[in-house]
Amino acid sequence: MSASSCYHCGAPVPAQDPPVTTIAGQSQTLCSESCARTAALIEARGLTEFYRFRDGPTNTASRRDTDSRRWQPFDRDALQNEFVVRRPDGLREAHVLLQGVRCAACTWLIENALGAVSGVKSISVDPLTTRATLCWDPDRVALSELLAQLARLGYTPVPYTQDATELAARQERRVALQRLIIAGLGMMQVMSFAVALYLGAWRDPQIEAYLRLISLLVSTPVVFYAGAPFFAGAWAGIRSGALGMDVPVALAVGGAWSASVWNTFLGTGEVYFDSATMFVFFLSAARFLEMTGRHRAMSLTGAMAQHLPRVATRLVAGQATQVGVMELAKGDRILVAPGEALPADGELLSDQASVDEALLTGESRPVPRRCGDALVAGSLNTDQVLEMTVVRVGADTQMAQIARLVGDAGARKPRLVEMADRIASWFVATVLLAAGTVALVWWQLAPERAFEVALAVLVVTCPCALALATPAAFTVATTSLARLGFMVRRRGALQNLSRLTDVVFDKTGTLTDGHPVVADMQTWRNCTADQARTIAAALESRSSHPLAKAFPTLDRLPPVSDVQAIAGAGLQGTVDGRQYRIGTEAFATSWITASSAVADNQAALRQVYLGDADGLLARFTLAEQQRDGAQEVSRQLARAGLSLQIFSGDQAGPVSALADSLGISHWQAALQPPDKLAAVEQLQLQGRIVAMVGDGINDSPVLAGADVSIAMGGGTSLAQHSADCVLMSESLLPLLAARQVARRTLRIVRQNLTWAVAYNLVALPLAATGLLAPWMAALGMSASSLLVTGNALRLARLPQIRPTSAQDSALPAEPVAACCKKPAGAAS
Amino acid sequence: MTIIYVLIPLGLMLLAAAVWAFFWAVRNGQFDDLETPAWRILMDDDSKPPPED
Repeated sequence: MSASSCYHCGAPVPAQDPPVTTIAGQSQTLCSESCARTAALIEARGLTEFYRFRDGPTNTASRRDTDSRRWQPFDRDALQNEFVVRRPDGLREAHVLLQGVRCAACTWLIENALGAVSGVKSISVDPLTTRATLCWDPDRVALSELLAQLARLGYTPVPYTQDATELAARQERRVALQRLIIAGLGMMQVMSFAVALYLGAWRDPQIEAYLRLISLLVSTPVVFYAGAPFFAGAWAGIRSGALGMDVPVALAVGGAWSASVWNTFLGTGEVYFDSATMFVFFLSAARFLEMTGRHRAMSLTGAMAQHLPRVATRLVAGQATQVGVMELAKGDRILVAPGEALPADGELLSDQASVDEALLTGESRPVPRRCGDALVAGSLNTDQVLEMTVVRVGADTQMAQIARLVGDAGARKPRLVEMADRIASWFVATVLLAAGTVALVWWQLAPERAFEVALAVLVVTCPCALALATPAAFTVATTSLARLGFMVRRRGALQNLSRLTDVVFDKTGTLTDGHPVVADMQTWRNCTADQARTIAAALESRSSHPLAKAFPTLDRLPPVSDVQAIAGAGLQGTVDGRQYRIGTEAFATSWITASSAVADNQAALRQVYLGDADGLLARFTLAEQQRDGAQEVSRQLARAGLSLQIFSGDQAGPVSALADSLGISHWQAALQPPDKLAAVEQLQLQGRIVAMVGDGINDSPVLAGADVSIAMGGGTSLAQHSADCVLMSESLLPLLAARQVARRTLRIVRQNLTWAVAYNLVALPLAATGLLAPWMAALGMSASSLLVTGNALRLARLPQIRPTSAQDSALPAEPVAACCKKPAGAAS
Repeated sequence: MTIIYVLIPLGLMLLAAAVWAFFWAVRNGQFDDLETPAWRILMDDDSKPPPED
């Protein structure tokens, strides 16, 4: 690192008198006093090793955060009740989310520095989740002091409560691991005895009986502890009348074990302890992999909910007090310091602010917000102290809703999965029937082999691949897309997404970024520009239409009432006791019978008209920008052979201008919402699979009607509700990734289904004719399950969508502040 | 070959010990994070910081 950048944080060093400190015997230049303090602290604790091993520049916390007074609210019992565990030995334990943890070096630094503080019993940091578990003695040190210490090291702490689902997931993983190891170790033991028995090493019947007894002993916990989920699943399936794949598994395992016990005590026939244990082990392994994928999905959504701070600064009569977020209510005025996350959804009261909504959109960059704009809980305040009014708290916040959305998507089964379930159910019935028939036939031919052959049939044809691999593929694909900011609400959407032939875009707010500005205006009938602007702003302040953003909320708006939004036309409302309409020319002038005499000489541009009962008052000419990635997406989709169209409620001029610049040849302008729906249905009649990308209220009907609907995350909530997918990113680029992932998912599902069917077709006759021993059947079936699950897990690797042109270089960043060392496809 | 009457139970005892050790490890969270420990080995713990106060 050169002397022009700060040794600690990497920021440029001021030209005059930069602070200098000695670190590990060498003089280093720093950018600010706070970096110097942090570096000096690290040096004083003898932890300069940190600088050798860290991945790159690290954070410093603001002076405010390093002051333990800042954290004193956390010493209050009322607040500690939320996130602190009081242990019986008098110690307390808290979970803290740390901002700025990037790599294992950070972990080391924190654990060593905090571990040396007297009163701290233990601290451990997980760099993947950036969470620390802190255990301390409340009589010797206050929590506020520890939190300040963490901040002094450069990691701003955020205490949090562990989610119940997260704890449940950890417990599930631990139990599954225990089952897996019991099954694995047990299988190895039983197998070694089985090999001895098969080889007939001991002709001595006494030793044979002994080995069988030992096998029985070892296999019993494998069957009843490790195999318990199969029996539970089978029982649940039988009770609910749906034959799942657990039924043949339970029958095979239970049957093999019971028969072996019988033969062990009678000293007759064969024993199948080896087959039973192997079956349990391989199936448990496949399920463990599937569970890992599921948990990865959960930790992602869980991480979002945890980014809300616990403490807020509430303003009461000009006095700032620290309160817990739970104590906030709608209408409270709160202050948010720079670098802090917003504790609740709300409206900005300060003139302007910039916030980073990376958590929602996946893109880390400050977005400017003006007074009156909506703010989303969990976004970071990047600029200066901002003041806001609270609108929604806790579970009502947009972020909590998104977390639920992702949960919903998991609950809804795509058609393909339902189909796989249905097929599996039939399949199971057929398998049971086949096994019964085979047993009967063999009973006639060779009664002593009947059981063994029926067992082999039961095991070899188990449709696990069918019932396990398809949901696994969808779960993994949904998760990896969520990381790109593409939330799939209905997983059936992936299926249609992969078969797309047409993509229809809405224009405003979809292909353009939805932040229009008034570029030009013209007024008539003694209406001044200021008046027109005020009336327009007053009306539009009640609208969430993207165009409303062109009219900044002024300080003093005249009273507005009776505002009605007419889809595809505009707004109507009463301002200062007078009725106005704002919107398309036809709408604004619809009160007067004579058609307007205003010549429209700027057709290529977007225009909004303001009118009252007597005629037009003003015309606003708006300019808007193309959305990030629009060029790239239209180019790549067209290259992939998809037909692109623009259906817009807008006038022909701006629509054709945009279509030209994007190279989209089909467009339809001035469409009403029903027209859009009709146009899409027309395409569908021709057998096209249509994706609709839109964002506004006026898009909701067509979103509901399209084969796949994608709503923009910044759009209206109604549009998001009728959509299959929500694009949280400001850029359109994740669309490309979504299509690729969808295609890969379907390809992998098809591969898996083909494999499962082909395997069964080959294996069933072999098993029925008695050529396969039960252990071979168990091996084959389990290997097949592992193969398809492993194949599905390949979807965790994200496709790399590289922009082909220089100006479109905004790739979506990894949204969750995971450790920098985490490889994209890490399998844990 | 009567030795196997002794050796196999001994082996099973080892198995039980392994299972116990594994369960202990799982319950202690040893398998919760499989990534950090790999990095931790690169850190030098020799220079223990002076205790605070």
